[in-house]
Amino acid sequence: MTQAEIKLCSLLLQEHFGEIVEKIGVHLIRTGSQPLRVIAHDTGTSLDQVKKALCVLIQHNLVIHRVHKRGVVEYEAQCSRVLRMLRYPRYIYTAKTLYSDTGELLVEELLLNGKMTMSAVVKKVADRLTETMEGQYCSHAVSRGVDGKNMDYAEVSNTFVRLADTHFVQRCPVVPATENSDPGPPPPAPTLVISEKDMYLVPKLSLIGKGKRRRSSDEDATGEPKAKRPKHTSDNKEPIPDDGIYWQANLDRFHQHFRDQAIVSAVANRMDQTSSEIVRTMLRMSEITTSSSAPFTQPLSSNEIFRSLPVGYNISKQVLDQYLTLLADDPLEFVGKSGDSGGGMYVINRNDQAKTLLSDLDPWHEDLHKALGCLSTASLESVVQERFGSRCARIFRLVLQKKHLEQKQVEDFAMIPAKEAKDMLYKMLSENFISLQSVANLIERRQFETKENKRLLEKSQRVEAIIASMQATGAEEAQLQEIEEMITAPERQQLETLKRNVNKLDACEIQVDETIFLLESYIESTLKRQ
Amino acid sequence: MAGNKGRGRAAYTFNIEAVGFSRGEKLPDVVLKPPPLFPDTDYKPVPLKTGEGEDYVLALKQELRETMKRMPYFVETPEEKQDIERYSKRYMKVYKEEWIPGPKSKKAKNTDKDTSLTNTADVLKKIEELEKRGDGEKSDEENEEKEGSKEKSKEGDDEDEDDAADQEEYDEEEQEEENDYINSYFEDGDDFGADSDDNMDEATY
Repeated sequence: MTQAEIKLCSLLLQEHFGEIVEKIGVHLIRTGSQPLRVIAHDTGTSLDQVKKALCVLIQHNLVIHRVHKRGVVEYEAQCSRVLRMLRYPRYIYTAKTLYSDTGELLVEELLLNGKMTMSAVVKKVADRLTETMEGQYCSHAVSRGVDGKNMDYAEVSNTFVRLADTHFVQRCPVVPATENSDPGPPPPAPTLVISEKDMYLVPKLSLIGKGKRRRSSDEDATGEPKAKRPKHTSDNKEPIPDDGIYWQANLDRFHQHFRDQAIVSAVANRMDQTSSEIVRTMLRMSEITTSSSAPFTQPLSSNEIFRSLPVGYNISKQVLDQYLTLLADDPLEFVGKSGDSGGGMYVINRNDQAKTLLSDLDPWHEDLHKALGCLSTASLESVVQERFGSRCARIFRLVLQKKHLEQKQVEDFAMIPAKEAKDMLYKMLSENFISLQSVANLIERRQFETKENKRLLEKSQRVEAIIASMQATGAEEAQLQEIEEMITAPERQQLETLKRNVNKLDACEIQVDETIFLLESYIESTLKRQ
Repeated sequence: MAGNKGRGRAAYTFNIEAVGFSRGEKLPDVVLKPPPLFPDTDYKPVPLKTGEGEDYVLALKQELRETMKRMPYFVETPEEKQDIERYSKRYMKVYKEEWIPGPKSKKAKNTDKDTSLTNTADVLKKIEELEKRGDGEKSDEENEEKEGSKEKSKEGDDEDEDDAADQEEYDEEEQEEENDYINSYFEDGDDFGADSDDNMDEATY
């Protein structure tokens, strides 16, 4: 774990779970797996708090437990999983694009809560959708299963099933069912398992009902002031039908989707819209026919591809063949050809082993690794260019090509005076090139800015609250005007600037994370080859 | 002796070329203060991507941050003991669900029921005792506690601790409103006039 990674993990944990959880989490990341008491001792925290922190971390799939030899249970943090928290908004947005609002909320609830039962998450999402739909009765809503003003559980259930079928959500590992004949004493902690076939199996639930609205003024017979009484969201004492079957978001599947998206858009940029649609179709077909862990997909005949093209695309078979040839001939080797039957067999390869296997067949295949490589290189080059100038970019490109260059050779090839070349090399080396460091900086800067303006932010929040409550009780325009003037014009200016800056910093975090994703995917793919 | 060669003349104790400066070259300026926290860069960064999608993801991110803070998983750091307990603190408590991890086992539910029964019994006994005692201020506190625990036992489950606390607050207020006047003042109606008269008789001279 690099210092930059640890720093970023610390910031993420602190923002999402508070200081105590952050302390425990970072400690585990730094030291590796440790038992409970050692954690408490080393961090100087009470056992109670350590337990609470561990519960939160385990609930969110950030820490796992393991029974060590001699029956000691140790806890281990997954640093890379902590870093994924940066990507949550992207996962949620992806779910929205694929399965609309219902899908979006389902994934959001799963990410916010770590693990949930299907019945719990369906109910929660139905409630949320109902709240947002209040008073929005329209035919459009009816077609989505909204009866009157309440969201039907069935509709939400259906979306959940679709998410499970396409592997975007998966079951959490469970305690294995022990046989009664097991003689030994029970282990200090159960080892959780999940079999491949069970992972996406949706339990047979008959979830009948509708989402409830939060406001219960018509139900509250006693007439007690609602403001003081917090509403119970879980009134039911009924047994949960799928108790023990917990679900979590399957981040790897989202990553696969991002990769596919990146390739499709790269093809679109390099060639044209039609080519990218063809590639997208090929990827979609291989999604269904093979699981992501298979070494290579079934070969796709151009006939099959032709049949699977999206409905709107009216290209003839010959044109499709021409496109396929073009794609296969492209030096970037996104698509490969592996035979001539069925109008030409095209293979999508996610793994290089298959490449060597099929090499005697002169394969044309979609080499994901290569694709990633090109994308990574391109992105790295542009980063260097923007950050250090075009001369540095020249050097960088050279180094990438030649792998090793001596200092003198760099000067010769790049045609830059010796001193400047040295200067730039040193700069590039010493500047921490890792994007993770950038993100950590961004977060720190944002927190810094927010703290600086804390007083102002609190003031504006109070004023807003006052205005809102006055409006609710029907205040006059003049009074509202007066309240608004409590914030002076320069303060308003400051707030505007602050808001703009914070938004910019947030947007930077998101986009730098996209670069991180690309580079990490490439590294992972490279490691798999070896 | 050989070591005195450079006496009086500035000489490096290490090979300057190893660091990268050739001999006789102008060395960089001496640094007098730490580098700025957020230094200016030579090259301005690339403009950010903008678009509907990006805006939505940004809004999502900010919303998520807010939501996370309100979830029960966000463990607040316990405050240090303050010398003076501020009155306003009681009314600034933010409602936050207590999260109990793991499935609720039947065993846990049963024990709760038991405690609630004993609670109610105790509570009733206490009420009787205190009515007899008739000490105003004390009964206030006792009433608050009783109300609190009564509410707690009514709910029964462990996830409603904060719930009870809120209701306790509510009931406290109610109690206080009702008890502007000391309870004992009107409690023993028979003796009311007689006692005070006696006292007054004694007091006047």
